[in-house]
Amino acid sequence: MGPSRIGRILGLLAGLCVAFGLYLGLVVAPPDAVQGEVQRIMYLHVPSILTAYLAFTVTFVASLRYLWTRDPRADAVAFSSAEVGVVFTGITLATGSIWGKSTWGVWWTWDARLTLTAILFTIYVGYLMLRAFAEEPQAAARYGAVLAILGFFDIPLNHLAVQWWRTLHQPSSILRPGGPSVDLALLVPLIVNLVGLLLVYAYYLVERTRLERMRQHALALRLTRGRRG
Amino acid sequence: MVGAEVVRRAWAMTWKDVRVELRARERMNAMLFFAALVLFIFNFALGPDLSKLREVAPGLLWLAFLFTGMLGLGRSFQAERENECFEELLLTPGDRESLYFGKLAGNILFMVMAEALILPLFAILYNLEIWRALPGLLLVAFLGTVGFSTIGTLLAAMTAHLRAREVMLPLLLFPLTVPVILGSVKATEALLNGTGLAEASHWLKLLVGFDVVFLVVCPLAFEFVLEE
Amino acid sequence: MDKQLAVEVEGLTKIFGSTLALDAVDLSATRGEVVALLGPNGAGKTTLLKLLSTAMKPTAGGGRILGEDLVKGRDPIRRRIGMISHNHHLYEELTAEENLRFAATMRGIRRDRNQIHKALAEVGLEMQAASKVRTYSTGMKRRLVIGKMLLFDPELLFLDEPHNTLDQAAIALLNGYVASVRARGGSAIVATHNLSRAYDMADRFVLMREGAVTRRADKGHLTVDQLRELYTRFAENDNGEPRE
Repeated sequence: MGPSRIGRILGLLAGLCVAFGLYLGLVVAPPDAVQGEVQRIMYLHVPSILTAYLAFTVTFVASLRYLWTRDPRADAVAFSSAEVGVVFTGITLATGSIWGKSTWGVWWTWDARLTLTAILFTIYVGYLMLRAFAEEPQAAARYGAVLAILGFFDIPLNHLAVQWWRTLHQPSSILRPGGPSVDLALLVPLIVNLVGLLLVYAYYLVERTRLERMRQHALALRLTRGRRG
Repeated sequence: MVGAEVVRRAWAMTWKDVRVELRARERMNAMLFFAALVLFIFNFALGPDLSKLREVAPGLLWLAFLFTGMLGLGRSFQAERENECFEELLLTPGDRESLYFGKLAGNILFMVMAEALILPLFAILYNLEIWRALPGLLLVAFLGTVGFSTIGTLLAAMTAHLRAREVMLPLLLFPLTVPVILGSVKATEALLNGTGLAEASHWLKLLVGFDVVFLVVCPLAFEFVLEE
Repeated sequence: MDKQLAVEVEGLTKIFGSTLALDAVDLSATRGEVVALLGPNGAGKTTLLKLLSTAMKPTAGGGRILGEDLVKGRDPIRRRIGMISHNHHLYEELTAEENLRFAATMRGIRRDRNQIHKALAEVGLEMQAASKVRTYSTGMKRRLVIGKMLLFDPELLFLDEPHNTLDQAAIALLNGYVASVRARGGSAIVATHNLSRAYDMADRFVLMREGAVTRRADKGHLTVDQLRELYTRFAENDNGEPRE
């Protein structure tokens, strides 16, 4: 049984968009004056972390909804989104590390951005582990929801703390007040890749949630069938 | 009056935890022994160069505080676990916030008591002049302890029934409390090398902000952790 | 909704992960009645008690306890019920007096020193009031729990295997207490696999097996042996668990 109809559409769009975005980023966009070709990794690195932030925000909202309504659908969304978020955070860390190796010669620096990403990664890997270790699914859902809420309030505080602690990375170029200060030629591939990754996220969210819902239903079915007549 | 009821219940919970601890002495003994061990091992691990140790002193102090605090937090619900009293907590009528605050106050108290013994030991072992900085140090230690304990108490309740609980508690607690760790260490640094607290005021504000946020969020979340 | 019913629940179901612990159980109990839940280990008796006492939320089903909604009215229910379990829920490092005082404060009721000592005296623990519970025998601990119930004065009592490992004196005290609750118009739900004790205590029997109710019976003209018969047929597991 393959992806759902909407999944197929999202998947196709995502594939096209990412392909186009990669083409723009790897071929069309001009190389950086200082860093050279390796700077192109930014077209994957930046959209990855932005998508991860979206994923974790979705987890936060879905967790709130779950605690309020106990709707298993909300829990399925929260869990799936967190899973995808961890993957994207992992990609961010990996690409950040590679970028750092080429630019600064080291696989890891404790600069603000990388450190924050590492903390984010650990928090949500912790989320996945917490859910895995809970005795039963309802406890897993509840504990996960509480942790996701803690995490959401915690991230801004972490941002402040780590940024005051160190900054080697360039300051945020897109999210600065006054509009993006990045050259248009670089901005366009960046945005295309961002949209592409968002579509990838949407595709995985839809499919993973569907899978989770199927698992929930299968569990319920097994119990009903197991009842004596 | 509802407020008085909350205070009474929280106070009863804290008093009970303190009484049990005073008689069993399990938690404090473990914490203090561990703290002494940590301080000694730092010395062996980092070498006898005193000036180098002084440089990293704030970090070392907080490592000792935090690991010891972790140990204590892991035992927050030990009495409930051992005496099968979790169900009793579930059956207790009334709000859950007072239960949380009662547990929190106990945890803060034990951690502060341990810190009160670690700090002089630390000053002696590493030849540090801490008298002038003492009021500031006490403030920072308190703010950091509160922040660490708010999330720690909630997570201790969550992991109390979990498999691999000894691993899960630190794994979940430390990334979430990085702001507390950084704020406390940086403020302590400013105090110990004479720069003064005014320099580190933004760190203090961060600590206070953190404490306020989680003193609100954690008690509200506690009921979802407690229920079965 | 009948005001005379202490318990009226329908379709109570509890699922733990992939285990169906309780399967759509209906139960009712009027005021002044003692109902015994009979079944071997794993029948779901303890789970049912936990759901009824609001220690756990049901996966499905609901109803009323003492007139309050099982899911939404948990707080008022908790204030009016009591639980006597084979897990004592006592802090071993505290004395009997301290345990009772703590329990009363957490329940939100004011009980002064005299009232606490009176309760302790009624269960024969006056002399050991200042001793740590750690030094108590099982019988003494159970008596202390009964003392706690005397302080609380609940309208509905839940008992989970209350007779386990008790000496005769403690058993008599327990039975006496349940009888007094009943006499005052209160009710009790007792879960046990001890048929003779259940027979002495209860007005009605609910037999359970593997999470479901298999048979209900009034004490009426039932003899102990007839009860054993029913138990063998409707409750006992196929591996022939021994019963008392």
